[in-house]
Amino acid sequence: MSILDKFVPLQHAYGELQRWGADPFAVTFDSVRSPVEATIDGRPVLIFGSNNYLGLTFDPQVIASGVAALQQYGAGTTGSRIANGTYQGHAGLEDRLAAFFGRGSAMVFTTGYQANLATISTLAGRDDYLLLDADSHASIYDGSRLSAAQVIRFRHNDPDDLARRLRRLEGQPGHRLIVVEGIYSMLGDRAPLAEIAQVKREAGATLLVDEAHSLGVLGENGRGGAEEAGIEDDVEFIVGTFSKSLGGIGGFCTSNQPNFDILRLCCRPYMFTASLPPSVIASVQRGLERLHEEPRLRLNLHRNAHRLYGGLSSAGFILGPHPGPIVSVRLPDVAIAVTFWTALLQAGIYVNLALPPATPDSHPLLRSSVTAVHTDDEIDQAVAAMTEIGTALGVLEGGND
Amino acid sequence: MTDCKEIVEHIVEHLRTVIPPGTEISAESRIVADLGLDSLAVMNFVMALEDEFDVSLTMDNLAQVETIGDLARTLAALISRVAE
Repeated sequence: MSILDKFVPLQHAYGELQRWGADPFAVTFDSVRSPVEATIDGRPVLIFGSNNYLGLTFDPQVIASGVAALQQYGAGTTGSRIANGTYQGHAGLEDRLAAFFGRGSAMVFTTGYQANLATISTLAGRDDYLLLDADSHASIYDGSRLSAAQVIRFRHNDPDDLARRLRRLEGQPGHRLIVVEGIYSMLGDRAPLAEIAQVKREAGATLLVDEAHSLGVLGENGRGGAEEAGIEDDVEFIVGTFSKSLGGIGGFCTSNQPNFDILRLCCRPYMFTASLPPSVIASVQRGLERLHEEPRLRLNLHRNAHRLYGGLSSAGFILGPHPGPIVSVRLPDVAIAVTFWTALLQAGIYVNLALPPATPDSHPLLRSSVTAVHTDDEIDQAVAAMTEIGTALGVLEGGND
Repeated sequence: MTDCKEIVEHIVEHLRTVIPPGTEISAESRIVADLGLDSLAVMNFVMALEDEFDVSLTMDNLAQVETIGDLARTLAALISRVAE
């Protein structure tokens, strides 16, 4: 008997996947030459499976800022934000984020995962209720597990179900914290934020929106789904990440709540981990400025998203409900998904393979995504390769009209 | 309908529509291990029950549930609390 025996079923499932000839969990990039070009196993590939929505990972100014900070401040901080890990850059980025979102204060965390873990677990206390969209990201679920609050799920993107569940809590003490995402990572679908904000107002609840996939993507100024829906004043807490449109790593929470900064002294995932390296902070700050200075990046992104979504939809793939930078193809079973993914990689196109139970409806997904810097030719090449393989595998079942 | 036995019968009737015909099912059946439902199927059928009884199960409630009997007792307790 081993302490690892409990993972034998998972080991079997993983072995089955490998017997089909693929190991999507062990992809190693030999080299990465741009936001869209890389080499895997010696083969050049186009990257259609990242979260690099604005293509900022190779932005010369973003890189130069990081290099300068690396040389000036060293490789890392070796300490927590509440000890020796707060440099001027960390504080400056927090001020910049708060100003960008028009809020009083912002906190920066070492990862986006920790931003959710920290804020959700700390905000929702023992007598409070957390109301989570059922399709929430793992970081939201894990934050709720670390919280002492009671946790209730509501049906994905269903404001009526949320309202019913809030009504059932009438008369119970405690705060109600609703947690939703601007764009959901698997299917790329958007939350009905205007309707959710209305439910929130009627119930006197508090709203947290995770803009991880929508920062730099949605809204006239790129502030995310809440900006696009015109409900920013209804959102008490906005959480986001630097590891998608900003091309770095880290996370944040920003708020107008007057005593927000007290969280710095009680938020364990903020207090008990080392802070971000100064080079990352500097790159992210420059990335945020680039997002603001270059609205054409967002326009290119949406143009590219519609080209990819339109191409795959016309070919007859079953896609998520909304055209956007995440374009996911639903496939009937894991064997077909693995075969498809492997053939696509051999054809020089890398996408993400998402398998149940990490997918919303028990079907595997080929999760593709575009950036602002893909060319029309590259997108057309991906659509052609996917259509050829999809035709051979007989999965072109219908359109998305 | 707050009687636990009645709730068990209701759950069994509900589950018969989503499990393979002929599968043995009783109050002692373990929802995942014996009936082979995946996490999504469990969530969907629990949400349908929540609507029928107009209660919400918390994640803590669900973590304590292994068998159909456990689920019925949890629902009965919530229903009686609402009725108080």
